[in-house]
Amino acid sequence: MKSEPFAFEVRGLRKDFGSLRAVDSLSFGVFPGEIFGFLGPNGAGKTTTIRMLTGLARPTGGRLFFFGEERTADVKAVQHLMGIVPDDNNLYPELTGRANLEFCGALYGMPRKERQERAEMLLERFGLAEAAGRLFGTYSKGMRRKLVLAAALMHRPPILFLDEPTTGIDVASARSIRQLLDDLRCEGTTIFLTTHYIEEAQRLCDRIAFIAEGRLVALDATATLLASAREEGAIDFVVEGEAFSLKEPLGRAFGGVTCRVEGDTVSVRSAEPLRLTPFLNFFRDRGIELREARREKPSLEEVFLRVTGKAPEKRAKEGGGRP
Amino acid sequence: MKRWIAFRAILIKDVRSYYLKPPNLSWGLLFPLAWTLMFFLRSQDPIDIRSLLPGVMTLSVLFGTTSMLAVTVTFERKGKSFERLLQAPIPLGLLVLAKTSGAILFGTLNALVPLALAAFYIPLEASGAARLLTACLLLAFSSAFLGLLVAVSVQEVFEAQTLSNFFRFPMVFLCGLFFPLERIPLPLRSLSYILPPTYGADLLRGALGEEILFSTASSLARLTALCMILALLCLRAINRRWID
Repeated sequence: MKSEPFAFEVRGLRKDFGSLRAVDSLSFGVFPGEIFGFLGPNGAGKTTTIRMLTGLARPTGGRLFFFGEERTADVKAVQHLMGIVPDDNNLYPELTGRANLEFCGALYGMPRKERQERAEMLLERFGLAEAAGRLFGTYSKGMRRKLVLAAALMHRPPILFLDEPTTGIDVASARSIRQLLDDLRCEGTTIFLTTHYIEEAQRLCDRIAFIAEGRLVALDATATLLASAREEGAIDFVVEGEAFSLKEPLGRAFGGVTCRVEGDTVSVRSAEPLRLTPFLNFFRDRGIELREARREKPSLEEVFLRVTGKAPEKRAKEGGGRP
Repeated sequence: MKRWIAFRAILIKDVRSYYLKPPNLSWGLLFPLAWTLMFFLRSQDPIDIRSLLPGVMTLSVLFGTTSMLAVTVTFERKGKSFERLLQAPIPLGLLVLAKTSGAILFGTLNALVPLALAAFYIPLEASGAARLLTACLLLAFSSAFLGLLVAVSVQEVFEAQTLSNFFRFPMVFLCGLFFPLERIPLPLRSLSYILPPTYGADLLRGALGEEILFSTASSLARLTALCMILALLCLRAINRRWID
């Protein structure tokens, strides 16, 4: 069975743990050279999907294809094509940074000289050259994350799986990892990215899939998903004085909108596109002085909320930064 | 070729990270010495080193190998670094062999400690060397896979130690080292016949010129069969429990 032109594709993927269905009829394909975002709330099935794709878990049902070939029962045969950055920093604390990279290269059959050269190059590229001789266990969180990413790149994999690559690290490290991912995309690497940070997905991903309770709830180009949010109505009005008394009349005058009032600001939201003029007329007819009217900038977070019905997780960041 | 690069890398890493660490080295020496002392103290008659040696060597291999493998693999599982190995393009059989090889070497070297000490007191014939080494390797192989079975069954390092002792101590008393097999009650004796140390100790006795219970060919065949069964059980257990 052939599947093209995806770098990899899942069809009807399913995973049960006893009576719990962790992944349910998941189908999507990832094109070569794209960054594919895989987003969802905690427990949505993201990590289970990656574990199935990388050979750590067996699908209960469905099929897996890599570069057109079905590999459902034999993911082992394509593991050399994958670089994997798990959500844990699972390198060896008792080995130095350099030794960890060389060991990972050896696992993929790289000859000694090649892996030594590649390790030096990656240590330099990731800004870890000075710490290369230190034990991995002594690295900071950001350095560990970078080394885990470097380890995944040792054998030059065409597909990279990244599970929460910037979670729990400082702003500067997160930024440099995002820059590296951008560079890898330019070099043609296919990247499958799960992240809790919507802004990160919005900035990096070519396409995004939203998963909730094991099911795919949305999949499209990032720009298209944002455009869908843009079509929705979201306008904030700032009035002179207190605005609370406007909530009810607005609700009566404009069916299907929800209003939230905070001080002098009325936030109007609707699933349908909102035109500004009727609202301006509404305020003018009531003699209310309008100081400001602004359309809210749509974000992927709003799309996420709409399609999953849940807020994306905001894990406390150690190191104190937003990505 | 690529697979053997991976095999070699795993073996060398384990030897450097675990087996050549000073605490383990000293443990590998102290444990066989402690067993030797125990056997000396137990002996009522003038000490016959040649008759004690198979028991000391068997226990050294059994305890050294099972402990090291059960603990190191559980440790790597807990740190998730074992997942890295499962996600590498190495066939599961070769991966398991690479992980057990370090422990097999460690166990075999453990057994050679009392042998080296004994060589100062008794003449050892070179003719039995091949049989002796084969017995040590097969014993270490079966013990390594017993240790791996323990690692597959537990989550925590302390559980690995507890579960190892749960089967190791009964084994010591059932394999004919302390009580002759014919003195073991019949229902328990049937267990003795499926224990690797029963045949390993007998092979060592034969190699050292002592009286044996089974023919060398029979012991070799049975011990090899038990090794294969344990290896298959391990592969099946890993496939079922670690690749869920």
